Amino acid sequence: MSRFRKEGKKETPELNMGSMSDIIFMFLFFFMVITTMREASLKVHFQPPQATEIQKLEKKSLVANIYIGAPLSKNENTLPPGEVSVQLNDQTIKAEDLKRDVREFIGTEKESRDAQDRDRLTFSLKVDKDVQMRYVNTIKQELRANNALKINYAAGKKVTN
Amino acid sequence: MSKRKTPGLNTGAMSDISFLLLTFFLLTSSINTEQGIPRKLPPPKTEDAQDKKVDINKRNVLNVLVNFRDEISVNGDVIMITDLKAKAKEFFANPSNDPSLPEKQNKPIDGIGDFPVSKGVVSLTNDQGTSYNMYVQVQNELQRAVNELRDETALQYFGKKFSVLDSAAQRAVSTAIPMSISEAPPIDYGSNGSN
Repeated sequence: MSRFRKEGKKETPELNMGSMSDIIFMFLFFFMVITTMREASLKVHFQPPQATEIQKLEKKSLVANIYIGAPLSKNENTLPPGEVSVQLNDQTIKAEDLKRDVREFIGTEKESRDAQDRDRLTFSLKVDKDVQMRYVNTIKQELRANNALKINYAAGKKVTN
Repeated sequence: MSKRKTPGLNTGAMSDISFLLLTFFLLTSSINTEQGIPRKLPPPKTEDAQDKKVDINKRNVLNVLVNFRDEISVNGDVIMITDLKAKAKEFFANPSNDPSLPEKQNKPIDGIGDFPVSKGVVSLTNDQGTSYNMYVQVQNELQRAVNELRDETALQYFGKKFSVLDSAAQRAVSTAIPMSISEAPPIDYGSNGSN
């Protein structure tokens, strides 16, 4: 055979790509396991306050989020008297529907969990640090009236020296 | 039977697909864990319980008030946020059995024995105009006071910090140093002045 070869032009051997995909798959599974999807896009400005005594919530699937903050766009519904919106699921709520919407939100969140997990469901209040307490108080009142008593004030870890 | 060699599969495209999936998950995911200060709200008011006023001795209450300018007063004295932890700690611990600080009641606790449990309750009142940041800071300082006391008690009785104890011991220490914050209905002084 070799006598037919022209001027010693060698072919480079093909690389075996099979193991590369194995590695990539490993990465993929790692990320799939450790991550959860962001279920709703944020419609309000949310920068959590910093605190030192924070605790991690036990299970991510047992957390329902309520966002309170200044709206990111002009078209969002706000609560009187100021420029603050409350976001449940993926929409901001109107002031006149507040009671009904919060009640429905709590109801659907509770229903989507198993019966034994219902009492462990935590409502995480993700409130922007510049929001006045009046809005938080309103929401807390509604949560309390609807027997959703486990809450969490979302906060970032304060870096201490 | 002639043995035919199977042609090698080209798996290069497979890694392309998995790369695509990988980048998708990288972009759409958020790794940050849920963290914050957990609290429990009191159960909703019932009709018959409305008029019932709990008579608490004045020495057992620490009145923490945060106004719409984010100023803090404790039992009438204006203090800085940095002093709140020490105040709360002194209030809950009452090391010298000061008659102006809360009473203690000896209670048998599993794993600890008789322990003087403080009857003190922090009554937290905020204004409607208080900023959420200050509210969280106040909650944080109160939590810090309790956590430090729990650590001290845990070290004394179990020789370990609270966070590394097993759950039974943690429950015992939590019973010994209860976290008692009662939130009064918010007041509304600053409604016409602030936005």
